[in-house]
Amino acid sequence: MYAQMVTSTGKGVQSLEDMSPEERAFQERINRGEKIEPKEWMPDGYRKNLIRQIGQHAHSEIVGQLPEGNWITRAPTLERKAILLAKVQDEAGHGLYLYCAAETLGVSRDELLDKLHSGDMKYSSIFNYPTLNWADIGAVGWLVDGAAIMNQVPLQRTSYGPYSRAMIRICKEESFHQRQGYDIMMKMAFGTEAQKEMAQDALNRFWYPSLMMFGPSDKDSVHSAQSMAWKIKINTNDELRQKFVDQTVPQAKYLGLTIPDENLKWNEEKGGYDFSEPDWTEFFEVIKGNGPCNKERLGARVKAWDDGAWFRDGLMAHAEKQSAAKLAAE
Amino acid sequence: MTAASTTLDPAVYADWLMRLGDNTLILGHRLSEWCGHSPVLEEDIAMANTALDLIGQTQLWLGLAGEVEGKGRTADNLAYLRDASRFRNVLLLERPNGDFGQTLMRQFLFDAFHLELLKSLQTSGDPRVAEIAGKAIKEVAYHLERSADLVIRLGDGTEESHSRMQTALDDLWPYVGEFFVSDDIDKAVADAGIGPDPADLKAAWRQTVDEVLRAATLNVPGEGYVHKGGKRGIHTEHLGFILAEMQFLQRAYPGATW
Amino acid sequence: MKKEWPLWEVFIRGQHGLNHRHVGSLHAPDAEMAIKNARDVYTRRNEGVSIWVVEANNITASSPSDKGPLFEPSNSKVYRHPTFFDIPEEVGHM
Repeated sequence: MYAQMVTSTGKGVQSLEDMSPEERAFQERINRGEKIEPKEWMPDGYRKNLIRQIGQHAHSEIVGQLPEGNWITRAPTLERKAILLAKVQDEAGHGLYLYCAAETLGVSRDELLDKLHSGDMKYSSIFNYPTLNWADIGAVGWLVDGAAIMNQVPLQRTSYGPYSRAMIRICKEESFHQRQGYDIMMKMAFGTEAQKEMAQDALNRFWYPSLMMFGPSDKDSVHSAQSMAWKIKINTNDELRQKFVDQTVPQAKYLGLTIPDENLKWNEEKGGYDFSEPDWTEFFEVIKGNGPCNKERLGARVKAWDDGAWFRDGLMAHAEKQSAAKLAAE
Repeated sequence: MTAASTTLDPAVYADWLMRLGDNTLILGHRLSEWCGHSPVLEEDIAMANTALDLIGQTQLWLGLAGEVEGKGRTADNLAYLRDASRFRNVLLLERPNGDFGQTLMRQFLFDAFHLELLKSLQTSGDPRVAEIAGKAIKEVAYHLERSADLVIRLGDGTEESHSRMQTALDDLWPYVGEFFVSDDIDKAVADAGIGPDPADLKAAWRQTVDEVLRAATLNVPGEGYVHKGGKRGIHTEHLGFILAEMQFLQRAYPGATW
Repeated sequence: MKKEWPLWEVFIRGQHGLNHRHVGSLHAPDAEMAIKNARDVYTRRNEGVSIWVVEANNITASSPSDKGPLFEPSNSKVYRHPTFFDIPEEVGHM
């Protein structure tokens, strides 16, 4: 998802009996559905995992501004331009909420950004794919935001209070994002031949990368089991991927578009679709830095940060001068 | 509509409305280029808000321009299907963004003018104009509050931020004179009681600018050469590139709906 | 130089007559800019009529380990709640 491949630091889930009294009390609180708040005792692994997961999620939001931001200046009508700008702006806001949630765990936003810029922390693989035609903006809203929502809605119930509250706010604001994407897809799919072609092309390119957003199967992963015990992960990757496919197939059908998977078939027995796995070799290459846009995306973030240093420092210097002057006057 | 405004040639009136709409369109477009690339998240979000206000104002001004013109053109038709020589924005607004200081200085110099213009348009003889101005003025008052504040802070920040702001001011100053140059169109609109003579806005603008730049410890350049032409459709090379990007889809796929 | 802007906690009054409520945090060089940033970040959807900001450093919080002594004693003061008292129905609404 927006936080793919976050490996937990624990050694797997311990039974309650094997835990220290503090850990047991902590786990029991989580089992009861209580929220953990900043400054309360928490296992080191819980804190570290959360920082990585929330940090990666935040990075994904701000890097995620770039592929769509690409098209703000080329949006085809004034209304589309305003809607897209508002949406990409929301993503900056979501990044901001998440960085603030991470900061309650004792890490600063600047530290997290440094780790993004140095490549120590990752962001979602999906944003390393290019947006090549206007229908891609529709596909990103429809598929990418659609996949993200699958994960974010359950995360509103996550055990860490600030993270849960950030997700609640984000989900509330996100509700228009997927719809605006589908709205673009409808205009394209029901438009001219050329528009329909763009819509199909966008679906062809974004289908498998969207499936990759959920991460490789983790049903046997001890890391995921620990995260789930801590309720910082609510569903397995496969569960969410299945749900996403089941939800998306009829939506594609309505648009008259073909999902690029010959093996896609309704399976009566499981009550869901059978579908092909994405190419996981490609996924690991993208994570490693070999996706089509890795260099541009990270490069753009680093440039924005470096070019903006004088601005941030200038404002800080002014504020310090003002407060020194105020002190002197008192 | 008042009797006065009906005496105005619709072509002249529409041309004047396009000046208003093209100013907000081109500046909004430029600001939107920053989305995802600003120095800090809070600023990224704030700048997008300003851009959104300006794009919203564009829809209103160009919508009214199309209505007044009476040829059935919509705001989108005007934004996406005119060539550069038909655009009526002032040259300052098509200047490339430069560094964040250049962008903020351009914003401040224009906001201070924009606010004076809208104040005057609130009492326009054409209620449609007065209504748009009444909505826009609340947005623009905040734009000015924000840009003026940032200009002061950066001017009086570090040595580097000061020198960047001074450079921005020196670079952009030759473009501000165009705000106040009155031509036949401005005069006709003023005679019809619809809008001000732009020359009359200069004193109030200058007062705001002097106050803010003084607080920012920046030196106000002297009256020098004034670049102009945007209001008549003689633009810098930059506008052509803006339009090439902005109008691409409408031009490549004529007649499609989006 | 590199000094991170301080963190501010943002409180917004959603409607006239309601309390300010904590909505989140943000970074800003000083209080005035924190207010402006809060306007741009936290009221994009028409959420507020008034904003408070407090530098996060200046907030004193109760310690989580004191939760018992701080809050449990009030559990036993049931007489503070109106439902503690039985008033005969004939008396009417009270």
